[in-house]
Amino acid sequence: MALPVAFFALFFAWPVAAIVTRGLKVDGVWQFGRIADVVGQPDVRHVLWFTTWQALASTALTLLTALPAAYVFARLDFPGKQVLRAVVTVPFVLPTVVAGSAFLALVGHHGLLDELWGVRLDTTVWAILLAHVFFNFAVVVRTVGGLWAQLDPRQEEAARMLGASPSAAWRKVTLPALAPAVAAAALMVFLFTFTSFGVVQILGGPTFSTLEVEIYRQTSEVFDLSTAAVLTLVQFAAVGAILAVHAWTVRRRETSLRLVDAGVTAHPPRGAGQWALLAGVLATIALLLVLPLAVLVRRSLDADGFGYYRALTDPDGGTFLVAPVHAVWTSLEYAATATAIAVLIGGLAAAALARRDAGRLVRGFDALLMLPLGVSAVTVGFGFLIALDEPPLDLRQSWILVPLAQALVGAPFVVRTMLPVLRAVDVRLREAAAVLGASPWRVWREVDLPLVRRALLVAAGFAFAVSLGEFGATVFIARPDNPTLPVAVARLLSRPGDLNYGQAMALSTILMVVCAAALLILERLRTDRTGEF
Amino acid sequence: MQNKTFVAVAVGLGLISLSACGSGDGTSSADSKTVTLVSHNSWAVSEKVQRDFEKRSGYKLRVLNDGDAGQAVNKAILTKGNPQGDVFFGVDNTLLSRALDNGLFQPYAAKGLDKVGASYQLDKDEHRVTPVDYGDICVNYDKAWFSEHKLTPPRTFADLAKPAYKNLLVTENASTSSPGLGFLLGSAAAYGDDGWQDYWKKLKANGVKVVDGWEQAYSQEFSGSTGGKKAGGDRPLVVSYASSPPAEVLYAKKRPSTAPTGVATATCFRQIEFAGLLADAKNPKGAKAFLDFLISKEFQQDMPLNMYVYPVVRGAEVPAEFTEYGPAAEDPETMAPAKIAANRDQWVKSWTSLVLK
Repeated sequence: MALPVAFFALFFAWPVAAIVTRGLKVDGVWQFGRIADVVGQPDVRHVLWFTTWQALASTALTLLTALPAAYVFARLDFPGKQVLRAVVTVPFVLPTVVAGSAFLALVGHHGLLDELWGVRLDTTVWAILLAHVFFNFAVVVRTVGGLWAQLDPRQEEAARMLGASPSAAWRKVTLPALAPAVAAAALMVFLFTFTSFGVVQILGGPTFSTLEVEIYRQTSEVFDLSTAAVLTLVQFAAVGAILAVHAWTVRRRETSLRLVDAGVTAHPPRGAGQWALLAGVLATIALLLVLPLAVLVRRSLDADGFGYYRALTDPDGGTFLVAPVHAVWTSLEYAATATAIAVLIGGLAAAALARRDAGRLVRGFDALLMLPLGVSAVTVGFGFLIALDEPPLDLRQSWILVPLAQALVGAPFVVRTMLPVLRAVDVRLREAAAVLGASPWRVWREVDLPLVRRALLVAAGFAFAVSLGEFGATVFIARPDNPTLPVAVARLLSRPGDLNYGQAMALSTILMVVCAAALLILERLRTDRTGEF
Repeated sequence: MQNKTFVAVAVGLGLISLSACGSGDGTSSADSKTVTLVSHNSWAVSEKVQRDFEKRSGYKLRVLNDGDAGQAVNKAILTKGNPQGDVFFGVDNTLLSRALDNGLFQPYAAKGLDKVGASYQLDKDEHRVTPVDYGDICVNYDKAWFSEHKLTPPRTFADLAKPAYKNLLVTENASTSSPGLGFLLGSAAAYGDDGWQDYWKKLKANGVKVVDGWEQAYSQEFSGSTGGKKAGGDRPLVVSYASSPPAEVLYAKKRPSTAPTGVATATCFRQIEFAGLLADAKNPKGAKAFLDFLISKEFQQDMPLNMYVYPVVRGAEVPAEFTEYGPAAEDPETMAPAKIAANRDQWVKSWTSLVLK
């Protein structure tokens, strides 16, 4: 417990506190009056309002499209299910720049829709909402679907037998059982879309601004640190509230249900209704998730086959000091380091949280661990700059900052994956081993480790994929001679010229393939209780 | 407890060794044989010219690109007192006051300053910054489009608001893009503190389109650039730089005999970039040598083709392509940095609600 706390205190709480203090403390005096000033501004109120309603709309839209898919993945058997489950997860770990450009290629100027029907959605709120669905589809499918697959179908069947209509059986039996999972998924989607940055920047154009975008603008462009600090606090409060509710629903879900093996609940589709549902879900996935990715791959292949890919190996003196393909190795190295840190920190935290005697304080830490997901990357990035500047921790120019920032984002996923499994380990096994004279270290090695090994691997895989795609914090910290894949993509996209655009698409495709491969391996390792994020 | 202690020690050791190898390259900056330049992402110099500097001065140059121009300045201000390097390049006249008011630099009059044009020396009393280059933000036009439509391209700010040029101009968001801000400041200099809002109302009524960044405006919406042609851009007027037409020629696959784009020469705003010796620099001597180098003839002549800017030193030659393909701005608009600092936030705010909402 001490180590995760120290880690988060040092690399998250302290930098963020440093930058907020810098903004709110003028000549040693706290300017709390600024909070009321800033929140009272009509512009800020407008941003708050937009942030909230687009997050609500995105969440509703995501639930609407993804819940049928969650059912299909949970209850129906069809060929290619495993691959498809990995495919729908790819967008979630894809960096927003890549997904943003994929969407632009679909709904933007001279995008596919524009060429077919003259429909353009970029700079409209629809592009933002659709992209949010694209990103968060997997959150619902995995969180809700994971539980749904383990719900005992006999309960609903029993209700039907006792004379309930199909809708009544669903309303009275299945829905209440699923409700906590749906709520948890909805809250996660709400959290991710509430703090949306890249999507809004790329697809929204200059007229739309979320809280996160505004914090970025105030810090990085206007340099009004006090406004940025107030906005950071507002976002903090909002995210804290969301997480508190989330922690509560998660706990309810873990306690009260009778679960069965996911393998026995799925069956091949029966009847026209189920076939139609399957077809509808597959069509939705094809249009909303696969098509943008396909457009991306297609665009990477424009220059006589693999021309753009070959160009990646040429060193160029301007934007990079190395050949762009070098970014692949840098990314893999950083992601591996970040994964090691995230698994260590997240694993220890999960172990502490899973203990039966864990008090309220420890449980509160559970929610705190998720906080890095909801705090602006620019806040953390600028915080690193002013907090970690003294020896022995002058890390400002060190490469380790990048994996550290990525581990901050990866660790919550490790905790979320490990926790349910660790909680499920029968405490009597540990006690028996201890009674038989095993040291605590040996108990852990002989009892816990074999039981959680698969979950550990799944957690590591997720942390790896998330680190690989992390963009917001990395872009602030990564050095130009060592760009990661998403940073390299963003730089290539920001340069004019056909070759740069093509190379960006090619690098994006490589990134996508690496992520998909990592996720496919995870699918093979998937344990029954690790469906939660 | 035993297991926890073990893990904590192992991890502690790991972190220490990580941070130790991490700070390894950090300490090298304190080494008096290295001079560290903090700059924005557009910094570029020919390899040979950099080697010449290193050979002549005896210092090794280390470059730290720290985001776009605004971010680099902001980060430098945040780390003031314990700067990341010795010398900073890339603060322009729109950000100069912010840097000076925050005490980012210490005075140094670089050798050869007498050869720098007086109009560029915006801190000539204290020499906290040294002018290095300038560029003009101007409206570019697509030559082919205008000859096809038998229309004379616009030349002045006033032209852009005329009905003949309705729905033709694309510009950048003044709050997120440096050319966007430059164009706004140019219009404010031309129409005055009270007049620019009316001008922008007319522009808006005349169908000006605003996008977030230069890349999008120039390489996607503008019909005259290579990228824009590919992307099917349909706006023949764009806010860009006076050096964009030569860039179009130099980066073309087959070099055309004339530039495909032209410059509306009376719509320009002058941007001057400065460098300075950072306060509390660890190697002030090296930083001074580097500042001297920045206004040396060798660097000044090397700079244009690397960063697409113009030299400020008299007698430094501009590459032939620049004069051949890109006409010079006519009396570009300028504005005192103090005035920009006093008004920019307010203007950008009113501009945003006027044009974007």
